[in-house]
Amino acid sequence: MRNKLLEINNLKTSFRIGDNYYAAVDDVSLTVNNNEILGIVGESGSGKSALAFSIMGLHTRAKIEGNIFYKGQDIANISPAKLNKLRGDDLAMIFQDPLTALNPLMRIGDQIAETLILHKPEMSQKQRKERVLELIDLVRIPRPEHVYEQFPHELSGGMRQRVVIAIAIANRPDLLIADEPTTALDVTIQAQILDLIRELKNDLDSGVILITHDLGVVAEMADRVAVMYAGQIVEIAEVHTLFENPLHPYTKSLLNSVPTEGQEKLHVIQGVVPSLQKLPRKGCRFAARIPWVDASAHEEYPELHEVEPGHFVRCTCYSHFYFPDESKEAYAHGNS
Amino acid sequence: MAILKVNDLKVYFPIKAGIFNRTVDHVKAVDGVSFSIEQGKTYGLVGESGSGKTTTGRAVIGLESIYSGKVMFNGKDITNFGRKNSALRKDVQMIFQDPYSSLNPRKRILDIIAEPLRNFENLSMQEEKKRVQSLLEIVGLSPESILKYPHEFSGGQRQRIGIARAIAVRPKLIIADEPVSALDVSVQAQVLNFMQDIQKELNLTYLFISHDLGIVKHMCDDIAIMYKGRYVEQGTTADIFNNPQHIYTKRLVSAIPDINPRNREKQYHFRQEVQREYANSYNDYFDSEGLAYGLQPISDTHLVALPERG
Repeated sequence: MRNKLLEINNLKTSFRIGDNYYAAVDDVSLTVNNNEILGIVGESGSGKSALAFSIMGLHTRAKIEGNIFYKGQDIANISPAKLNKLRGDDLAMIFQDPLTALNPLMRIGDQIAETLILHKPEMSQKQRKERVLELIDLVRIPRPEHVYEQFPHELSGGMRQRVVIAIAIANRPDLLIADEPTTALDVTIQAQILDLIRELKNDLDSGVILITHDLGVVAEMADRVAVMYAGQIVEIAEVHTLFENPLHPYTKSLLNSVPTEGQEKLHVIQGVVPSLQKLPRKGCRFAARIPWVDASAHEEYPELHEVEPGHFVRCTCYSHFYFPDESKEAYAHGNS
Repeated sequence: MAILKVNDLKVYFPIKAGIFNRTVDHVKAVDGVSFSIEQGKTYGLVGESGSGKTTTGRAVIGLESIYSGKVMFNGKDITNFGRKNSALRKDVQMIFQDPYSSLNPRKRILDIIAEPLRNFENLSMQEEKKRVQSLLEIVGLSPESILKYPHEFSGGQRQRIGIARAIAVRPKLIIADEPVSALDVSVQAQVLNFMQDIQKELNLTYLFISHDLGIVKHMCDDIAIMYKGRYVEQGTTADIFNNPQHIYTKRLVSAIPDINPRNREKQYHFRQEVQREYANSYNDYFDSEGLAYGLQPISDTHLVALPERG
């Protein structure tokens, strides 16, 4: 049974540059259910990490508008003390770079125990140590007793990331946010870490937000996928739908720029991702990257349209989009 | 004829210890690697971090000192050619991994791209400027950018500036060390397409170093897989992907995420199976020190590191 765990409504996270605030996350709404992995893909600067940090309340100077309901409680607008009760307990995060996420001066065992001390103060020292060893074992680090006494620099990158995961799952979180958890790792280690996250999700029945720029990782892991561009969700759908019937020009372009079997030439998206300050706040944000598509195809205030149940696409330009190397007629024909 | 031939290359880093700081042992970063590349081809060197792929590339171009072995370029021995032999240096250029640290932030684009030209060619200021502008055009940047500084460019643009610098003196061989791993997918596509285009135009040869098998598959004619400083398998792209023989290669191939979500279960089981095989037959593929055996040919193009038969 899937319950709605997290519901984000019209979230807007703005950063101050000079005298003005610029929204890095602009009007994002989404839901996460338990026992579900929601993948969020996008390139650097699309706002995916800013979104994750907003959910966890980790921005110190940003202006956050909108609501983030976690089990019905609005965590975007609660006191820091209440948020601290939830963070590390109900909500947990796996960070991208395991070396900077760990304290270099603290033993592994103590680092994992820290979150237990904070959220489960009733545990005795002995119980706590047992739980830490259990956690180290759970994330498949060999010789837990030995690693308990070690420092982060004595471990490899993959092992460090496992420690970060052990800290995140220490209190059996209901919602786990993984921000590029495998970007710093080798492929074979990546496969192991991803399998681990998937198994933990099944065991704990938790909801997972998996943020990545790697479409392959999303295809392997996610149940639903949200594609972000310039601070907005441009397409959101169930994973099979998204890969088999992508609609938004950006999703299509991204999929075409990854090397696949028998592909001669990779697709290149024209232009660059606009910087936060130069972002067009009106009209379709992707319009400048597909100049060959007629301006009238875009909406003035692009909205998410539900094209089929659970499949949302922003702006109307998707129905007029074709790649410049395929003629308009061929495209129209292919769709009829 | 092979444009680059590397024979039993070894790069050892000394481990120093004791009060006299004597060399007590070596780290064998590259331990007996041999290969040859034909002109106009792309040769992929794949491995995980610490496998010695980057060190191999750096040793070929002379950025690491070679412990033993031979590097032949166009039939000439360039093993320890040093700084003096500039004619050879000109023919081999490098594209670095990180476009943020490989361009001097205090130099203008003009000076960055003109640096190899100043080293190897005597051009007047006017000629130099023209050459740099035409190079910028080749890499798809506006010729007016010559007076800008690196920070004014995006990651993909910077990497293209790095490429412009590498092709400035019309080299024959380019060593590309993870040229796109710091870039976003769409920018990656741009740089890879571009590398293919200039390869055709200038008949370039690439030594392409990467950890990303998907990209290597797309770019390379021949591929070698490295593990702990040694080759575990070498062959054409088809050999490696359709008929991987070494367990380590299989493990790498099985770990690539599949872009089709329908294959998820299949991929997962395949990975589990390979993992089991890896655990069970580890001793058949690696010697007592955990290193790969010598290469045995299994076809004309395909070499696999297996223990000698008999």
